[in-house]
This record gives sequence, C-alpha cells and structure tokens, in this order.
Amino acid sequence: MSDINHVQDEIIDEFSILEGDRESTIFYIMELGNKLDEFPENARLDENLIKGCQSKVWLTTEEKDQKVVFKADSNTDITKGLISLLIRVLSNRSPKEIIDSDLYFIEKIGMGNIIGSQRSNGLASMIKQMKLYAIAYQSKQNV
Amino acid sequence: MTLNIQNIRGQFPVLNQQVNGKPLIYMDNAATTQKPKVVLEALAAYYTHDNSNIHRGAHTLADRATRAYEKTRSLVREFLNASEEEEIIFTKGTTEGINLVASTYGRKFIQKGDEIIISTLEHHSNIVPWQILCEEKGAKLRIIPVNEKGELEMEAFEKLLTEKTKLVAVVHASNALGTVNPVKEIIEKSHKVGAKVLIDGAQSSAHLDIDVQDLDCDFFVMSAHKIYGPTGLGVLYGKRELLEAMPPYQGGGEMIKEVTFEKTTYNEIPFKFEAGTPNIADVIAFQKAIEFVNELGKANIREHEDALLHYAEEKLKGVKGFIPVGTAAKKVSVLSFLIKGMHPFDIGMMLDAVGIAVRTGHHCTQPLMNRFDIEGTVRASFSVYNTKEEVDKLCESISKIAKLKNK
Repeated sequence: MSDINHVQDEIIDEFSILEGDRESTIFYIMELGNKLDEFPENARLDENLIKGCQSKVWLTTEEKDQKVVFKADSNTDITKGLISLLIRVLSNRSPKEIIDSDLYFIEKIGMGNIIGSQRSNGLASMIKQMKLYAIAYQSKQNV
Repeated sequence: MTLNIQNIRGQFPVLNQQVNGKPLIYMDNAATTQKPKVVLEALAAYYTHDNSNIHRGAHTLADRATRAYEKTRSLVREFLNASEEEEIIFTKGTTEGINLVASTYGRKFIQKGDEIIISTLEHHSNIVPWQILCEEKGAKLRIIPVNEKGELEMEAFEKLLTEKTKLVAVVHASNALGTVNPVKEIIEKSHKVGAKVLIDGAQSSAHLDIDVQDLDCDFFVMSAHKIYGPTGLGVLYGKRELLEAMPPYQGGGEMIKEVTFEKTTYNEIPFKFEAGTPNIADVIAFQKAIEFVNELGKANIREHEDALLHYAEEKLKGVKGFIPVGTAAKKVSVLSFLIKGMHPFDIGMMLDAVGIAVRTGHHCTQPLMNRFDIEGTVRASFSVYNTKEEVDKLCESISKIAKLKNK
C-alpha cells in the first residue's frame, strides 16, 4: 500500500482534472461519498458524533494489525465525500503515520474555497479527532 | 401596470456580478434585500455633505440632518398609515422592536399568571423575548399550532384566548414558509378578551399593504433592510396611549427631558425610546427605499413576485423527489422545499456553485421545523428584481440535483 503522501498526490491529480470548476467539484465530492463503506447502523450514536461540525458526522475506529481503521458517516452527502477523502488518506495506517501526517492535499485541491469557512472548520475538527484517536492508540501500543 | 424588471435591475449594482463564474442569481431576499443606487447614494451624500448629530446642534448641518431624519419618520408614518409621527420609533430592527415591547410594556403590564400567545410560525426573535419575560414574571407562553400546510389553526387560537391573555404576538408573514396570517382577525379576537397585539411585519412590509389603523394592531415592528433599505434599522409602531404608558427602554441622551441626580424626567414619545445618537445616516437613506417601493407600487411588486412564485411552483410540481414545505393558501414569495434523500446544506451548496444564492437550514424557526419533523429547508425567496429566466435557471438546477437521488 502506498504511503500517505502518495495517496495525497493521487487525489491532487484527480481534482486537477476538474480545473477548479465548483459545480463539477461538488458533484465529484458527492460521488466519492456514495462510495464510502457502509457505516454500521448501531454505531450512529451521539457519542460517536464529532463536535464542531455543522452537519452530523459519526466517526468510529478499530485497531487491526497495529493499524488504525476509521469508519465514518454523515447526514449530508458533501460532508460524506470529504470524509471519504480523509479516510482514503488516513485509514489503515499506523498511529505514527497518522500523527506525523501533513495533509497538504486539502489546500492543494483548493478545498477551503470550495466548501466555505463553516465546512472548513468542520473538516479541521474531523482531522483533529482522527489524530487524537491515533495518539490514543499509540500510547496503548507503547505500553 | 407591468413593471420593467430590466430597468429595475439596472438600479441594483450588486446584481451585476458573477459568482463562481456564473451570473449571480440572488434569491435570499427574505433574509435581506439588495439596495438600489438611490439608497447607496443617499448614504454617501449624507456623510459627504450633512454628517451631524441631530436634534441639538445649533448649526446648519445639524439642522439639515435633523430635518432629513424627521422626514423619514414622516414617510414611515405614511407607509404604515399610522395616525401620528410620534407613534413611529426607530430601532435597530424587528428584533429590537420586539425586545423593546417585551421589556418595557412587558415589564410594566405583565403579571404572574398572565398569558402571552405566540404561534408555531414565529422566528426566534418573536419567541425568546417572550420566554424571558414569562420566566421573569411567572407568566405563561401559549402557542398557536399550525396545520400541515403551515397555516395557523384558528380554532385552536380561539380556545387559547381567555381573560388571562394579556398579549398576542404573531408574525404577519412567515419567513420560513411564506404563510400570510389572518392578522386582522387575530387582532379583532384578541381585543375582545382585552389583549394587546404585536404584529411582526419583518417579512410582510415589503410585499403587503400595511395599514396599522385599519388592522388596529397595538404594535407593529419591521426592519428596513428587508425592504431595500439599510441594515441595522427598524421601526416600532405603537399606539400613542400605550407608548406613553410604557417606561423608557434605555437610558441616555435624547430620551430625557431633564436630568438631576435626584430625578430624571423623560422626553415625550418618540424620543423617549430613542436613547443615544441614533442611526442617522441609515434612517435618512431609508427614505429613498420607501420612495422606491412607493414609486413601483406594492401591488405591482406583489403581482410580479406572486407570478414568479406560482411559475416556480408549477415548474417544480413534476420534479421527482421535490418536496414543497409550506403550502398555505396565502403566501408571500417564499419557496421553501426539500429534495428527497438530500440534506438542505448540500442543495444550497450545489445551487451556490451555479451562482444561485438561497438560504438553507432552520431559518431561525426551530420550533416550526420540529413541528414538521425536519432539520431545515432550502428557501428561495423572490424579490421585485428577480426574473422569470432566473426562476427557470433555479428550477433547472433543482431538477438536476433532484435527479442525483431520485432517478
């Protein structure tokens, strides 16, 4: 499996085809959301909600072979598409990789301009939560 | 008379721009309307030539500013057909008007055990001030329910009315659904039990003819920015005898007659309620907005906007997955809707991507959204400068979006 930066570069390439056209970008992001793995109904709990998102975002994690696997869902399709990008980059990585990651693809694909300030804050909350989970797993693995 | 919409559009510089590479289609008029050139120019002219504090200055500029400020009051009196200029109070907006009545009339005249009636259609500004008052006084808030179409259930209202009812505060036209309420009937029935009535005219004043004497409402509140005027300015109309009986709202310059450390006597209405330096420039510029509306004629504006609404409703009827929210028989030009399987935020963002500005969310009417068991809606609200072609574009985009989930 390619490393985090390789996946980021892939995403940057994919978005560059859209040439910054907002309409196509938004439709593309929504499509990405539809491809996200099914989120277990019984995990759609308030305790799994991420604070700081305007739309509802549920995030769960589990550890598989020393790697952190993320699952997420949202009640809005665009947010779901955004999460799918984060999951593509960050899921199934070691805690250290996640903690050390520099998610430059978000700026490179011009996400801030596309999704506006409210959703950008939400996206930042999601990343923060994913890194916090990674930190927790790392401390557990180090015990 | 048919309005020349292209000519009207030419008077709104903001409309002449591209958003995300597409011509701007502004359909968030229930939130705020755009301003015609005459209003913008009046603001600039005031600061360029006349800027001065009013009512006290002994010099020419102060005199010019005072006259212009008071001229707006006189125009607003006409606009609402109030009987006297003294009954017109300038506020920051509808919200402040309601808060003023709640905290002065309310403070003095509402007692423990009294009841205040509002409706399910109210926006938060016409809920929270009354909740605060009720909490403080031990009074009770009663709510008029709405039916599936988003119309008030008048039979239920009549049951709520008792001798305990001291105040009824209802919206004239709903911002979220567009429903126009039978306020005249509400006022008449409320007066029979001795209750006073406040009408929230934030959404109605740009579209409907307002005659506070004919309505016989006790208070009427509105905002300037929803009728092509500046933001941060509103009007509270109140019947003279009520305004005179009410204690002042805020203390400070303009509202006093004489201040000594032993006792202060208050100024006459309307100045009693206009403490401090008011929003002079915006009040003066508001004249131009009122004149703009008067020149076009509200009946003509209404006719154009209604035509747009009906055209949109007709076009969207057959769109698979399109769900109108609020289908009252009498409406102002608000198209509130959902698309099956989609979140309103997403729809709003997709419309924005093609240059269409709409509102999404609960529209500050959470109890109303709860009533319909929804989180929010998408709301397109039309104004006099919107065109049939813009509505075509809106409907086309909605159909395209709806197809994503409703094949």
